[in-house]
Amino acid sequence: MTLSSVLLRSAVLSLLLLQFPASAQETPIKVGILHSLSGTMAISETTLKDVMLMLIEQQNQRGGVNGRPLEPVVVDPASDWPLFAEKARELIEGEGVDVVFGCWTSVSRKSVLPVFEELNSVLFYPVQYEGEESQRNVFYTGAAPNQQAVPAVDYLMSEEGVQRWVLAGTDYVYPRTTNKILEAYLLSKGVEPEDITINYTPFGHSDWQTIVADIKSFGSAGKRTAVVSTINGDANVPFYKELANQGVSAEDIPVVAFSVGEEELSGLDTGPLVGHLAAWNYFMSVDTPENDSFIDSWIAFIGDEGRVTNDPMEAHYIGFSMWVAAAEAAGTTDADAVIAALPGTQVPNLTGGISTMLPNHHITKPVLVGEIQDDGQFDVVWETDDLVAGDAWSDFLPESAVLRSDWVDLKCGNFNAETQTCGGS
Amino acid sequence: MKVLLQLLCGLLITASTGLTFAQGFNTLVEALPEGSFDDRAVIIEQIAESGDPRAEKILSALLAGDLHLLKSDGSIVSLSKAGTDDIATEALTGTEKGVVPRRGSSRIRVNNSLRRLLRTEIGRLTLTHPDPERRLAAAESAFRAADPEQIALLESALQGEAEPQVRTALAEAIAAIVLRQRDAATTRLVDAVAVLQNRGDQEALAILRPIATGDDPALASASADAVATIERSQQLWGLAQNVWFGLSLGSVLLLAAIGLAITFGVMGVINMAHGELVMIGAYTTFAVQELIRSSFPDLFDWSLLIAAPLAFLVAGAVGVAIERGCVRHLYGRPLETLLATWGISLILQQAVRSLFGPNNREVGNPSWMSGAFDIGQMTITYNRLWILLFALAVFFALLYVLRRTPIGLQMRAVTQNRQMAADMGIRTGWVDAMTFGLGAGIAGLAGVALSQIDNVSPNLGQSYIIDSFMVVVFGGAGSLWGTLAAAFTLGVANKFMEPWTGAVLAKILVLVFIILFIQRRPRGLFAARGRTTDT
Repeated sequence: MTLSSVLLRSAVLSLLLLQFPASAQETPIKVGILHSLSGTMAISETTLKDVMLMLIEQQNQRGGVNGRPLEPVVVDPASDWPLFAEKARELIEGEGVDVVFGCWTSVSRKSVLPVFEELNSVLFYPVQYEGEESQRNVFYTGAAPNQQAVPAVDYLMSEEGVQRWVLAGTDYVYPRTTNKILEAYLLSKGVEPEDITINYTPFGHSDWQTIVADIKSFGSAGKRTAVVSTINGDANVPFYKELANQGVSAEDIPVVAFSVGEEELSGLDTGPLVGHLAAWNYFMSVDTPENDSFIDSWIAFIGDEGRVTNDPMEAHYIGFSMWVAAAEAAGTTDADAVIAALPGTQVPNLTGGISTMLPNHHITKPVLVGEIQDDGQFDVVWETDDLVAGDAWSDFLPESAVLRSDWVDLKCGNFNAETQTCGGS
Repeated sequence: MKVLLQLLCGLLITASTGLTFAQGFNTLVEALPEGSFDDRAVIIEQIAESGDPRAEKILSALLAGDLHLLKSDGSIVSLSKAGTDDIATEALTGTEKGVVPRRGSSRIRVNNSLRRLLRTEIGRLTLTHPDPERRLAAAESAFRAADPEQIALLESALQGEAEPQVRTALAEAIAAIVLRQRDAATTRLVDAVAVLQNRGDQEALAILRPIATGDDPALASASADAVATIERSQQLWGLAQNVWFGLSLGSVLLLAAIGLAITFGVMGVINMAHGELVMIGAYTTFAVQELIRSSFPDLFDWSLLIAAPLAFLVAGAVGVAIERGCVRHLYGRPLETLLATWGISLILQQAVRSLFGPNNREVGNPSWMSGAFDIGQMTITYNRLWILLFALAVFFALLYVLRRTPIGLQMRAVTQNRQMAADMGIRTGWVDAMTFGLGAGIAGLAGVALSQIDNVSPNLGQSYIIDSFMVVVFGGAGSLWGTLAAAFTLGVANKFMEPWTGAVLAKILVLVFIILFIQRRPRGLFAARGRTTDT
């Protein structure tokens, strides 16, 4: 750019600024961040708050959205599910935010759903979940079961030759629904019912001796056995410690986890866990230029070389890019316009593909299976050839197989294909 | 890739002289980084079959994830740490290649099926290894692989074997193969069944069960008998295992509750911040380990012994501060105490969260606390064993302090009759602070132990506070022996119920049982006199 053109541009710009009163252009767009900063879920959700602050800062450096800067509004729902609904209302009504990024557990999402419906706002939900839901105001950027659980089981069946299954989970809605889907899926693949065992443990379970001993004896029946773990958060560390101490190695009985990522492993000596698996749509170790620059800016933003990135962070990255693209396409951040503009939006993800927002408010993502390494990272050992489209209603549960979700043509989240009506099973 | 493989196979076949043979081996090793996991499996098999003396070392390094491809010249190296630098050593020749820059090398990856293959192949190569441990591991992996092609190899190894343990393992491996093939004479098969019956574990059962329903009547009845015998002994061992699990859960409950037995049981203070004192003990362990890791790595195995007194002092000091700053103003007002200490617990949690971050912190297990050993068919993990011993040591030390030392005497005096004790010249305020500090310090000790089996996170304390109160109330407030009995009773009861009801229901049933029990005996198992009973 030559000097004269710079001068010309700045002259035009100042003219423009003079003509349009600055105040109207500069009112910031408020972006709500609804993640627990205290209580049991703080361990996972604080990171997501930080990554949102980083993304908003970066977007502001690029000039904001529709020429207006973004202003983050952070609230702390303190891992308290009813408080999520209260804080969501405070964000939308009190603060007047145009969009909210937040929630982790399914129960917190369920608690805010009525608020978003009533006040007609937009929520981006970044965590893998059990599916069986599609709401007009919510955009699900985490994995549905067909984007995580089912491909992981496929991998174990085809690559590791697993014939016997332990489905172990924490006792709440996500593991129960996921295991129901997985059980139906395994049975449909010809697995004998006696080769499947399901067990549930309370939140924060710390005494895994009996369960690990049971897994050991279940796994020594002469058939290759694997554990599919939907054990949540904190309970994982003592579980893996007990596995290692009782000498259950990944070669004998691999554990594939859906809730264990880089963040959870950072509190653990991973030496004895090498070879256990996790299925996600993103790993920090993925080698793409997008991911490299994301990791660099994350480390620079947080100021700690040791911090890791994980899958829900990528989901927020995708969700935020999609929201920016949709708001710019619509020319406004008005909820109805953004909701209408979002389906079909395409943005690059961090694993080298282009994710698309689907009419059912889920997105397309690749599925990766990674092995735990001794440095706390995952090594990708398998991935789907193509991106997988998120399916809101599982095809493996009879009551949801007939349901369709399409907010573009059908304008319905639970359209029954048999009765041709909108309104559930 | 195919072309390369054909080339390699060709090389192997034509490798007749020693020189080209060695070159063939080098080429094989250099081909390891390329291709998919399936390609790597083929090369691993070829390396194992090459007969080259270096094969075992290379495969072991690959299994341990020690082999790297040096990006600068494409050679295969193993890395060793010197300070923060990685030093590369050529895997085949042992020549040093100097410091590797960051991202200058990439690990040669293996997955689970490759690890299994590697273990089998290394097993085959080490059947006659001079080290009996290695021979035993080799025999065990042969048992698991049960590969008919290995039978001659195993039999010749058995011939030359002197170590009785390895002999048994080899005989079991041969028996497993014989039974899998099932084409030997019936007497030989029946002998093999007997060998596996003596082994008596789940894996033996898995082999014998299908044979018990086979066609050959003599063999079928022999295996049916063997299966029945093994199942009987398995049941007994299962019982023993459950008792052990129960004791070990009980020891954790005891550790968590014993500090509370002092503050709540003896002093009658409902201390909701008790769990946070446990957490402070765990974080002290973390801090000590961090210091040791960065400054004195050789002392790592001693880290827990160093952390224990420090955790006692830190948590004890926090306890004294809580008592002096808050609790002493609220004696005799249980509801206010409950609320105030609950508030303190939240403050402590958030303080730790701000100081150390919300994430779990890694507290390593010293080598003497990792792993497990077997007694018969029962697995005992070292960390649980040490925690049980530690809990008992803490319990008896506390009992000694209360019964046999002057401070213990004063504590009991103040508890039983504060007025009289004050009249005798005992500084009751000071004794209160010391008693509370002792309870808090013991909570800190519990934190050291719990850091070995649970998360070290700001929420650590919350998960133990309910259990601790449960144990103290059930055992009878004020009675240390009651706390001991209650902890082990609840632990064993929980573990016996768990296999039948699942972990969630077992916990609920235990709670219901305690509620009913307290209805019948409000003062718990061992009712004791204390300040609570005075008022």
